[in-house]
Amino acid sequence: MIDWKVIVASYPLLLKGLASSLQLTAISIAFSFPLGGLIAVGRVSRRRWLSFACAAFVNILRSNPLILILFWFYFLIPLLTGKNVNDLTSIIIAFVIFFSAYFAEIIRAGIQSVGYRQIQAGLSTGLNYAQTMRFIIMPQAVRAMLPALVTQCIVVFQGTTVVYVIGYSDLLHTASQIAERTVRPVELYVTVAVMYFVVCYAGSLLAQQFERKAAR
Amino acid sequence: MSYDFKWGLLFDEPYRGWIIDGILTTFHLALLAWVAALALGVLVGVCRVSTSPVLRVIGAAYVELFRNIPLIVQLFLWLYVVPQLLPNDVRIWWIRLDNVPYWTAVVGLSFYTSSRVAEQIRSAIGAVPPGQFKAALSTGLTPVQTYRYVILPYALRIIIPAITSEFLTIFKNTALALTIGVVEITSTSRKIEAWSFRGIEAYTVASITYVMTTVLVVVFMAWLERRYYIPGLIRREREAA
Repeated sequence: MIDWKVIVASYPLLLKGLASSLQLTAISIAFSFPLGGLIAVGRVSRRRWLSFACAAFVNILRSNPLILILFWFYFLIPLLTGKNVNDLTSIIIAFVIFFSAYFAEIIRAGIQSVGYRQIQAGLSTGLNYAQTMRFIIMPQAVRAMLPALVTQCIVVFQGTTVVYVIGYSDLLHTASQIAERTVRPVELYVTVAVMYFVVCYAGSLLAQQFERKAAR
Repeated sequence: MSYDFKWGLLFDEPYRGWIIDGILTTFHLALLAWVAALALGVLVGVCRVSTSPVLRVIGAAYVELFRNIPLIVQLFLWLYVVPQLLPNDVRIWWIRLDNVPYWTAVVGLSFYTSSRVAEQIRSAIGAVPPGQFKAALSTGLTPVQTYRYVILPYALRIIIPAITSEFLTIFKNTALALTIGVVEITSTSRKIEAWSFRGIEAYTVASITYVMTTVLVVVFMAWLERRYYIPGLIRREREAA
């Protein structure tokens, strides 16, 4: 029979798991967003080799599943560095690289929505390319892409659940361990589903808010 | 980095057989779930634009529910929770099926993706200019004929890019089925790595599967869009861009 006592007993652990998922999300976004910005600028650059390299990076990553990218880095990083790094480092590197490709696409769409003439106008006032990007294009682009960015942050948060496969203690993995120990999978998985839902739904309401603002 | 490549290993048994099985599983899992997701998604999408407020609320709740829970969590719910809530005889039939994780993955992927498809359908129907309904009706077409000859040919063409890219999404998402024990290509790669310690070769097989499929689908999609573009609409947008 359903018995919610197990949730009452384990909620501190679950909250800790949620905090760890949120932390993973925040760190991933904090690094992959600026990296994505650099790649986006590279993709709209006139230098053919640079825009080609950036496009290849984005398209290869976007056609692979996150879980496979995680396996790749989990295997490659110790091999490349020659030493054992902790799980969190591998996870963060995999997430940052993977999601930077998605942020790059959103930012590129944002830049292109501002239009090419503004770049020319910026350059003609004597700003250099980097300054034009920084002071003219980016502030407008960010406003245009805000809803997509918030949605992408929800995707990152949902994506953190893949760390389950390497046993990192995020919310899902914590719950699955408690479920195994207490033999109460129904209560635990329903509870984590509700917890994920609450966070993601709040995020999607925020995205809708920005969308309405952008449409006005 | 000291790593000597042994690509030949991939063509040896048992790895070759595993790889073929893994790729096949990824493909039929993705195709089956995609077709089911399209059917469900069209249904929910039509609910979302219907004139009945009850249906609209149900459609919106469905989309929010399946969109805001991570896919792995949904797979776990379908595997561990839903069977417990089924009536006894249905449950026994279900757990005696040949390959429960596989069918769980089909169900989970379909529901998850259907919420995304529903949103695409909703925006496609919204993109049909409202005047078209009135114009078609005023020429003497019945409502059914209006949908059949005017609205659907228009909406379907708007939606081709979106549903093909949903295929790519579901194709990649099949990798998550490994968390409930489906042995598709990513899981196969992991198994080969564990057996042979040849991670680079093993993961390359999986990555090439995904990248090649994406390239083929994108090329096909571009052809389809060109073949069925709406005169004066898509082409004009392209020129502007």
